[in-house]
Amino acid sequence: MSNIGVDSWVAESAERDERYTGWAGPARRLLDRVPSGWKLLVFLAVAAVYPLLVPQAGVRIGITALLLAMLAIGLNTVVGWAGLLDLGYIAFYGFGAYFYAMVSSDQLSVHWPTWVSIPVVVAASALLGALLSLPSRRLVGDYLAIMTLFFAQVFLEVIVNFERLPGVDIDLTGGPNGIIGVEPWQLFGFSLNTFNRNFYLLLLLLGLLIAVLRNIDESRTGRAWRALREDTLAAAHMTTPVNRLKMLAFAVGAAIAGLTGTILGPVQVGVFPNNFQLLFLITIYAALILGGLGSIPGAVLGAVAVAFTPEILRNPGTAGWLFYVALAVLLVSLLRKRAMVASVFVGLAVFGYALRFTLLAIWDESILGAANDTFLSRLLDSWLLILGPAQDLASNYAFVLAVGGMLGVIVAKGWWRVALLVPTVYLAVFVWENKLALQPSVTRQLLFGGVLVVMMAVRPQGMLGTRRVEIT
Amino acid sequence: MEFLLQQTVNGLTLGSVYALLALGYSMVYGVLKFLNFAHGEVYMFGAFAGYGVLTVLGGPTGLLVPVWLALTLMFVGAMVVSSGVGLALERFAYRPLRSASRLAPLISAIGASFFLQAAALLLFSANSRSYDAPTLIPIANGLTIGPINVWAVRVLVIVTAVVLMVLLTWWVRSSRAGKAVRAVSFDTEAAAMMGVDVDRVIVVTFLIGSALAGVGGVMVGLVFGRIFHFMGFIAGLKAFTAAVVGGIGSIPGAMLGGLLIGFAEAYTTAYISSTFQNLIVFGLLIAFLLIRPSGFLGRPELVKV
Repeated sequence: MSNIGVDSWVAESAERDERYTGWAGPARRLLDRVPSGWKLLVFLAVAAVYPLLVPQAGVRIGITALLLAMLAIGLNTVVGWAGLLDLGYIAFYGFGAYFYAMVSSDQLSVHWPTWVSIPVVVAASALLGALLSLPSRRLVGDYLAIMTLFFAQVFLEVIVNFERLPGVDIDLTGGPNGIIGVEPWQLFGFSLNTFNRNFYLLLLLLGLLIAVLRNIDESRTGRAWRALREDTLAAAHMTTPVNRLKMLAFAVGAAIAGLTGTILGPVQVGVFPNNFQLLFLITIYAALILGGLGSIPGAVLGAVAVAFTPEILRNPGTAGWLFYVALAVLLVSLLRKRAMVASVFVGLAVFGYALRFTLLAIWDESILGAANDTFLSRLLDSWLLILGPAQDLASNYAFVLAVGGMLGVIVAKGWWRVALLVPTVYLAVFVWENKLALQPSVTRQLLFGGVLVVMMAVRPQGMLGTRRVEIT
Repeated sequence: MEFLLQQTVNGLTLGSVYALLALGYSMVYGVLKFLNFAHGEVYMFGAFAGYGVLTVLGGPTGLLVPVWLALTLMFVGAMVVSSGVGLALERFAYRPLRSASRLAPLISAIGASFFLQAAALLLFSANSRSYDAPTLIPIANGLTIGPINVWAVRVLVIVTAVVLMVLLTWWVRSSRAGKAVRAVSFDTEAAAMMGVDVDRVIVVTFLIGSALAGVGGVMVGLVFGRIFHFMGFIAGLKAFTAAVVGGIGSIPGAMLGGLLIGFAEAYTTAYISSTFQNLIVFGLLIAFLLIRPSGFLGRPELVKV
């Protein structure tokens, strides 16, 4: 049946039916029919209720989540829509934060009113973004990534080492100590100096940005960006102004990052070089990749997930639940037959008790330590070996063996996989209870790094993205 | 004059290490057309492996074997561990993404680099370790060339690096496997059609590149003393600069680039200030990327439409 003259929504209906398979299919199809404006309003409404239900600490985490969400949608514009890998994004964030801090604190004794400083900072960030886009005229892919990464490093070096311009004795950036005492926004007589007020400000800005970006995405510019991303040379031949579009993408992304930076200062009452390290850049990327590159709801969802993960990990009880549930889900997805899953559990029980019996027979009870203070840990205490004095050394070896085992599990098939899974899972649980649960920050780093690698291999489009096929 | 010569020796030492690392970057790029961000972490694990071997052998004060044997074992151990990490990276982080978009392997590499840093933090904690090289190879031992005294450690580093690079160049030029590597880096599809096992070649390339990085790690430990979990990041960036400056994809280019960056860093630290050293290196990279991305000895890349 010819699709000429038919509405594009109708024409794509067959493709949609094909795409939304599985148990979530009908739900997703229904969700697709709801206009995105309503979905945004629902999200904003739910988020607006959040501060009323949680204590101030929770609101602070919510603010982190919203900051990350804004950064993620800004990064999405550059990486997801225009296809330019920008590893220096954190520098725009830092630039906005520091510029705002410099004009709104006692650092230089300059106190610009908010309605002046914010537009200036955003415009300056956009300009910086446009400047950084100039190399992208000649460099693509890896080279652009390296260039932007270096730019971020240069930015960090400058703010830490060069707080004084040569010859002039004014401390511009506070060096390694950062700038403290950053003033909050003052809008319409309100001083946004509490967590709740900043939360709502961020929510408002996020909503506005999403609306604006969605409109851009569905306009000529958005389509041109998509053409640029898919095949730059072909787009150029179709008279798309490729260089200007790259500049625009960088500028928009940088402006959003700069705007987000201006809110970081008031919330933290200061800006510090530590906020703009590579770790945070990876966090933004993890949020975006997890949620789905190229999708705004994906970016927001990913940001929320990534922002709340450290809090989940910090509390040993919930962290434990997260770990064991993830382990169980992984097991089920790795093994094809239910018999295999059952045999893994049986094997685990046997292996665990046998190992415990043997080791306690060789050495006595003195090698044991106290169980962690969580429900699951105490439950498993009689099966799992939670060590005392040798805990650190044994966990290190177990970690290396567990990683090796996991790699082996990926390669093995069938019942060999089952056989390898038993010691690997045991070691993983061992490492968790004896080491990882006690060091949430390192665990978080391991998790983010691992998530990036695994997602790229298994599901590169993230949760809500669409699968891209690259034609080379 | 004496100061200049001393700095030149420093530059040579640094440059040898960067050259070894840059070789890994260049070879992998030549074969896969892909930048291995996680190469710095491979080098870091090599350094820690060397430290581990040293500890097992009794540490710098209570060595159970003669010094030369200890050093050899350290180098070998570092090569083994680094190759292992490199091969694991290739097999699990990069091979599944051979046919994916340009972005995917880069993000995977960043994730892998991050994961490895976290693993090192977990295993070795945030404390830095020291090789305590002056106890191992006393500073009193040294070569006196003209007006300056060169420590034995630095001589060792430079000589080892030169030997390895000569071996590598000979291997690439004369052996069949080396020919296969050259073929794959020149034109992968044509090489595959000529019967070269491309997967095998990539594995071998990663193996050699990572082993060299491991040796570089031990060298850094010997010369500079401190090794810590984050050392791979900055060293990786600088070695990458070296690879680009020399011409990415070219083996002699990597060596040249490494030396250049080593000299640049040594002279900057000596004559200007150590705060500037990173900035100068980064500035060099940015300048090269903008003016001549193919570096000194690289081939300008032609894009086929």
